[in-house]
Amino acid sequence: MSWVDIGHIDEVPVRGARLVKTHIGCIAVFRTAEAEVFAATNSCPHKGGPLSEGIVHGQSVTCPLHNWVFDLNTGEAKGADDGRITTYTVRLEDGRILLDDSAVSRRSAA
Amino acid sequence: MKQRLVVIGAGMASGRVLEHLTEAAPDAFDITLFNAEPRGNYNRIMLSPVLSGEKTYEEIVTHDDAWYAERGVVCRFGEKVEKIDREMKVVEGENGHVPYDKLVVATGSNPFIIPLPGHGLDGVIAYRDLEDTQQMMGMGPDNKVVVIGGGLLGLEAAAGMAAHGVDVTVVHIMGHLMERQLDEAAGYLLKKSLEDKGIKIYLQANSKEILGEDGKVRALLLDDGTELPCDLLVMAVGIRPNTGLAQQAGLATGRGVHVDDQMLTSDPDVYAVGECVEHNGEVFGLVAPLYDQAKVAARALLEEDVAFTQKTLSTKLKVTGCDLFSVGDFADGPGRENIVFRDPSRGVYKRLVIEEDRLIGAVMYGDTADGSWFFGLIKDGTSIDEMRETLIFGPAYQGGDTADPLSAVAALPPEAEICGCNGVCKGDIIEAINEGANDLGAVRASTKASASCGTCTGLVEQVLQVTLGDDFQMPAAQPICGCTDLTHEDVRRLIKGQELKSQAAVWQELSWTTPNGCHVCRPAINYYLLADWPLEYQDDPQSRFVNERKHANIQKDGTFSVVPRMWGGITTPEELRAIADAADKYHVPTVKVTGGQRIDLLGVKGEDLPAIWSDLNKVGLVSGHAYSKGLRTVKTCVGTDHCRFGTQDSTGLGIKLEKTLWGSWTPHKLKLAVSGCPRNCAEATCKDIGVVCVDSGYQISIGGAAGMDVKETELLCQVSTEDEAIEVVMAVTQAYREGGKYLDRLYKWLGKVGMDWVKAEVVDDLENRAALVARFELSQSIYRKDPWAEHVKEKAQTYAPIADFTLEAAE
Ligand SMILES: Cc1cc2nc3c(=O)[nH]c(=O)nc-3n(C[C@H](O)[C@H](O)[C@H](O)COP(=O)(O)OP(=O)(O)OC[C@H]3O[C@@H](n4cnc5c(N)ncnc54)[C@H](O)[C@@H]3O)c2cc1C
Ligand code: SF4
Ligand code: SF4
Ligand code: FES
Repeated sequence: MSWVDIGHIDEVPVRGARLVKTHIGCIAVFRTAEAEVFAATNSCPHKGGPLSEGIVHGQSVTCPLHNWVFDLNTGEAKGADDGRITTYTVRLEDGRILLDDSAVSRRSAA
Repeated sequence: MKQRLVVIGAGMASGRVLEHLTEAAPDAFDITLFNAEPRGNYNRIMLSPVLSGEKTYEEIVTHDDAWYAERGVVCRFGEKVEKIDREMKVVEGENGHVPYDKLVVATGSNPFIIPLPGHGLDGVIAYRDLEDTQQMMGMGPDNKVVVIGGGLLGLEAAAGMAAHGVDVTVVHIMGHLMERQLDEAAGYLLKKSLEDKGIKIYLQANSKEILGEDGKVRALLLDDGTELPCDLLVMAVGIRPNTGLAQQAGLATGRGVHVDDQMLTSDPDVYAVGECVEHNGEVFGLVAPLYDQAKVAARALLEEDVAFTQKTLSTKLKVTGCDLFSVGDFADGPGRENIVFRDPSRGVYKRLVIEEDRLIGAVMYGDTADGSWFFGLIKDGTSIDEMRETLIFGPAYQGGDTADPLSAVAALPPEAEICGCNGVCKGDIIEAINEGANDLGAVRASTKASASCGTCTGLVEQVLQVTLGDDFQMPAAQPICGCTDLTHEDVRRLIKGQELKSQAAVWQELSWTTPNGCHVCRPAINYYLLADWPLEYQDDPQSRFVNERKHANIQKDGTFSVVPRMWGGITTPEELRAIADAADKYHVPTVKVTGGQRIDLLGVKGEDLPAIWSDLNKVGLVSGHAYSKGLRTVKTCVGTDHCRFGTQDSTGLGIKLEKTLWGSWTPHKLKLAVSGCPRNCAEATCKDIGVVCVDSGYQISIGGAAGMDVKETELLCQVSTEDEAIEVVMAVTQAYREGGKYLDRLYKWLGKVGMDWVKAEVVDDLENRAALVARFELSQSIYRKDPWAEHVKEKAQTYAPIADFTLEAAE
């Protein structure tokens, strides 16, 4: 697996998110705690709401448009809603956020 | 002929006697009620929540004047009974005699005061009644208080005062806190949580002397020489049944007034109930058995055949954030087996004591959800052999179910006790529900479940839910969200009462069940904190909905709309040119005039926001807050400047109001308008706050709306000067900010508090008006500024992606 450095964790607010733009759409990088990050598609399966603008709580995010809540571990919608967002592997190394390279460059594999 | 009944003491036990009696036989007795305290019956056990600020005294009164009046009870409050003359069958009060046919002695108990040197000094008190509570409530952050006694009462007193920032030290003689109810491990966890609240705790500490100065307490001296300075010393070291009167009258007494199973004393016309009695060698200190006694005494007075029996009791501590539960016998011993569960990261400890396949004791700290289930197993002597391995995980586990609190409640047998204070079991509640009690209030009224200390309210609601399923409507006072059982009103009160000044403090102290809230509670708590502690608390953008975080309204396609402020709806050619230029430069697809007299640029890309703001800032345009739960717009008409009907300078006043109020956050959006005459061209009477100018001044009306609900404003007052109009508007706004529930528009808040209240606070009480204005100004010293300029300067980069791989590919 290869990794790509997308930035320092301090550039993402705690319980907030930042966007990564790729050719296959936007990825949201969420910081759920001091040293905990998740990555998932930015687009809500309901009506495309920008998830990076949602409220981050626990290990979940709430879509800003109609309040669907997604578990960032699994990507599954919680509660009564039925849907799933694609999640991507991220890790932290010395405060740098590393994203699974295939997430941003899938086009080259295709 | 009606019999004459005299009751001595209006406490929790006799209160119940009167309830049962007047309900079962309203006309059987002429009742006279004496009470040494200058008031009727209140829920004494709720003094602790009053002390901590979670409740007010009015909320804990159980019987008010009307209650007694309706039942024809003659009240002699503030009058002590000095003597009972059993021969003459007369009770001698301080203000005169009353003859009786039947007498009930319910004098409760006296707090024990250790006869240390100095115990008579001013500022040495017990913890028993409202006066004691009020003295403690008089302490503040500049005061030091020492509490002697680390039992239930002492700790509730300490925690209550600590919640007001008082420097509190608890001195306890034993090796761990609440040694009668807790084992050492649970005592340790309790000590730790209390210390986290800033309370100092001395264990194995012997008090030697109370030191004073000019007749007033100054410090407590321990026998190891430590001197603990204090302005108030609270002794909470135990109680003694108050038997003086009975003894003097020659009734049989031991530790308490002797009673038989019918609560009858040695005199066939004198009954006794409550903490003053001794039954089968036992005396009492919790309300549950007293309520049973009361029921028995009332029936016995009506010559029914009933008997009082003693039951196992459980204990809880009413300190927010210290969840403990203890029941039965938990001493180690031969043939006894312990099952222990610990989760240090959550501060949870549970211990079960088993003897011969029966549960005989349970101590729990940190997670007490299964308490009543264990209590049931102990009382019923259920064999636990089959479930020994999983017993400690509670009832939900036994059915192999998930840890859903509802399934735990569903699994409880009908005999399981739900309300310990009133001895109400699940079966009683279900019966009441089947008879039509379909909400908490109705269940409370018919069974008394959760009517005393209230800790079981959640359980009662769960029983309702399990029984009624979807038919159960959560009561009006709903919890904010799934993270807490508390309502908005509770939380607002606790934030002020306990001086909680950060979200972490709220989550921790109010026992949030999630690590950091959810999208429902976070914005609300953020608002309450910044409204109540403008200087100490810092607004948290991560707890705001996207519009308020980004200072622009998100549209359904993910773009934003930008609305610059036009004070009072007035603009200039220069501003209009800048707006037009910005619309061109950022390819704004739609430019629209809003209902609030502003121009809306719709369809701006998120990443362009800082740049467009910066351009608009250059000509002095600032954020119009068209996105905020805060001041939106002040709409005006042209008034005396141009209109032939105008009576005052409505435009000028509108601009002044907007310059005063802008940037302030409110529970929901706040829209104003000022019309220059009653023709009302600015539509002021459907705004949250509207001003209509008349020849003699300004009519201020509030509580209008023109959204999903349409409402006309109601007149608040008329004032004669512009300055006064501005003051009244500021004061109303502040009152709404301080009291309103998050997401309640002003008219909803008005509906709850009532126009009379608002008038009293804002119009009539000038001192209070000035105080509201001052608090509003204090908050505005922080918030009256342009968030756009600030974001352009400090946060512009956060509007851009952290990384952009589409650029890389273009190479
Ligand atoms: C702060 C606090 C917290 C508590 N918390 C709990 C709890 O969580 N759970 C629980 O189960 N129990 C709790 N208790 C204990 C509970 O309050 C008592 O068990 C209960 O109030 C006793 O009721 P009673 O009617 O016997 O006496 P009281 O309620 O004390 O009433 C006796 C009344 O008689 C009056 N009186 C006495 N002598 C005379 C006289 N000669 N003439 C006229 N009037 C007289 C007194 O003024 C008093 O008002 C708490 C007690 C306190 C003080
Ligand atoms: S409200 Fe009165 S003063 Fe204002 S524009 Fe209308 S008519 Fe003129
Ligand atoms: S009236 Fe309805 S559709 Fe029109 S702007 Fe308001 S919310 Fe949107
Ligand atoms: S678009 Fe996400 S919930 Fe509707």
